[in-house]
Amino acid sequence: MEKLMSWIDDRFPLTQVWEEHMAKYYAPKNFNFWYYFGSLAILVLVMQIFTGIFMAMYYKPDAELAFASVEYIMRDVPWGWLIRYMHAIGASMFFIVIYLHMFRAMIYGSYRGPRELIWLFGMVIFVALMAESFMGYLLPWGNMSYWGAQVIINLFGAIPYVGDILVEWLRGDYVISDATLNRFFAFHVIAVPLVLVILVFLHIVALHKVGSNNPDGIEIKKTKDENGIPLDGIPFHPYYTVKDIVGVIVFLMVFSAIIFFIPTLGGWFLEADNFIPANPVSTPPHIVPLWYFTPYYSILRAVTWAWLPGGAKLWGVIAMGSSLVVLFFLPWLDRSPVKSIRYRGWIFKVALALFVIAFLMLGWLGTQPVGGINTVLAQLGMLIYFGFFLLMPIYTRLDSTKPVPERLT
Amino acid sequence: MKKLFLLIALVSMPAFASGGEHLDTVDIDMNDIPSLQRGAGIFVNYCLSCHSAAYMRYNRMAKDLQIPKKVVKDNMLFTTDRIGELMIATMPAEDAKKWFGTVPPDLSLVGRSRGPEWIYTYLRSFYLDDSSPSGWNNVLFDNVAMPHVLYKLQGARHAIFKKNEDGVKIFERFEMVKPGSLNEEEYDTVARDLTNFLVYMGEPVQLIRYKLGVYVLIFLAIFLVFAYLLKKEYWKDVH
Repeated sequence: MEKLMSWIDDRFPLTQVWEEHMAKYYAPKNFNFWYYFGSLAILVLVMQIFTGIFMAMYYKPDAELAFASVEYIMRDVPWGWLIRYMHAIGASMFFIVIYLHMFRAMIYGSYRGPRELIWLFGMVIFVALMAESFMGYLLPWGNMSYWGAQVIINLFGAIPYVGDILVEWLRGDYVISDATLNRFFAFHVIAVPLVLVILVFLHIVALHKVGSNNPDGIEIKKTKDENGIPLDGIPFHPYYTVKDIVGVIVFLMVFSAIIFFIPTLGGWFLEADNFIPANPVSTPPHIVPLWYFTPYYSILRAVTWAWLPGGAKLWGVIAMGSSLVVLFFLPWLDRSPVKSIRYRGWIFKVALALFVIAFLMLGWLGTQPVGGINTVLAQLGMLIYFGFFLLMPIYTRLDSTKPVPERLT
Repeated sequence: MKKLFLLIALVSMPAFASGGEHLDTVDIDMNDIPSLQRGAGIFVNYCLSCHSAAYMRYNRMAKDLQIPKKVVKDNMLFTTDRIGELMIATMPAEDAKKWFGTVPPDLSLVGRSRGPEWIYTYLRSFYLDDSSPSGWNNVLFDNVAMPHVLYKLQGARHAIFKKNEDGVKIFERFEMVKPGSLNEEEYDTVARDLTNFLVYMGEPVQLIRYKLGVYVLIFLAIFLVFAYLLKKEYWKDVH
């Protein structure tokens, strides 16, 4: 065994990689509940890839056959229903995990220097994930798949001058059709997953270069012992591997409970209208994207001021795009001298609470019909959403902070 | 944590505003095999002439609902003599289009797209209407192309409407014109059995999914205990 290892190590830095990233990667010892979601995101990614491979063996990316092939997987393929539920519900679970992972970064200031690049890689992963799930949602070729894709692709039509040509180019046809389904399939099964895997690799390389943040927002590398090992650090393996196994099992219990007992989650994870095959002449009464897109969908629909130059639709698209772009700037918008919410004052805590409420409210409103009080609430939510980011340079400087200790608490 | 609680609170609300129509509740029970068997009989005899269930196979139904293959072969196969076939309607789609103006929708997934309450209410809402081409109409689905296929069981009824202050027709009650072979309670059971069957057919794996889920969760719960003890053992020297 030792001989084999040295044979490999002469040719590939296996031991070195193992030590740098697992056995001698020193992570802060005070990770709490919020720190499970990084490893869980990797778990879900791997699960999506494996279930996806098995589904691709039976799925037919053809407008005539797609819907029936999904039902074939659900009924005739042994355990196909489980693979399909794991994949479809896994997409929702992926977003739950990612949203909680991002929220962790927000409360403990994990995006702050020297971790700006980790945040930026993470944001690109988030956008790629949105593209991945959007294109995957067309594949079952249900009526909501069809009309959801119709609405979202048409948004590009709001872009002045090139809009219409761009929309046609994206669809590969004058309407959503077999051509669209085929290209979405190609992007969904290889192009975007490849990008995602590479970005996740970069995200982790960047993380291991600077080291993990922690709930105190203290740099553990500042206090090291005589061997250069952080005093408040513990090796990732075995400490966090055994801890993460506990998190994985709890996650799998929640995941299994949904898969086996409430797979549609009352329409939140699988929409009733998607059990009807795509029908270009029958529009569903309410076109609703899946829950993880609804906050942005709400922002899109909240812009109703027709007097804006270029029209309300264009500015709705700009607002929706900006709601994602603004997240990229988070590391530079935050001017607080401390990272963690533990040492911040009341202003940030209130701002963050308002942001969370606004985000959830926007998400809820995205599933509801527009008009009346709903539109007013969505506009209020949008105001809070953007206010949270754009006013951040001001209120984080005004906010009082508590002294940060030298060592982890 | 706050976000998590709010998320749970949100999830417990239904995602979509319903159309506002009144739907009757129905007791759906995947363990009630006799009800599912009766529903299968009604489906094959009354629905399958016009509607397909093109994702469903006869032998899957036979196996899941514990109907002997011989019974299925002798009594339930009208369009095929092979039990492994999909359930295809007796009536060709072009003829249906000619006669009804529309192709009757495939019913494999109607239990999932419409939901049990809708189906149950729909089956119990037909009434006589001279202005409609088929002579029938439905309170839940106005101007529906489908005639009341089960009228010999339920009987023929008139619907009494009143107008509200805005002049909109509001349904008040049904009035029996010619009673069918079943009384109201018996017909409701027929509607419930058929609904139960359609819900099963929407997702046949429901019959084992719940049972399997219990075993999976028990396994994970046991695994969790050992994983937690392992974590505790490793972490006892971290201060």
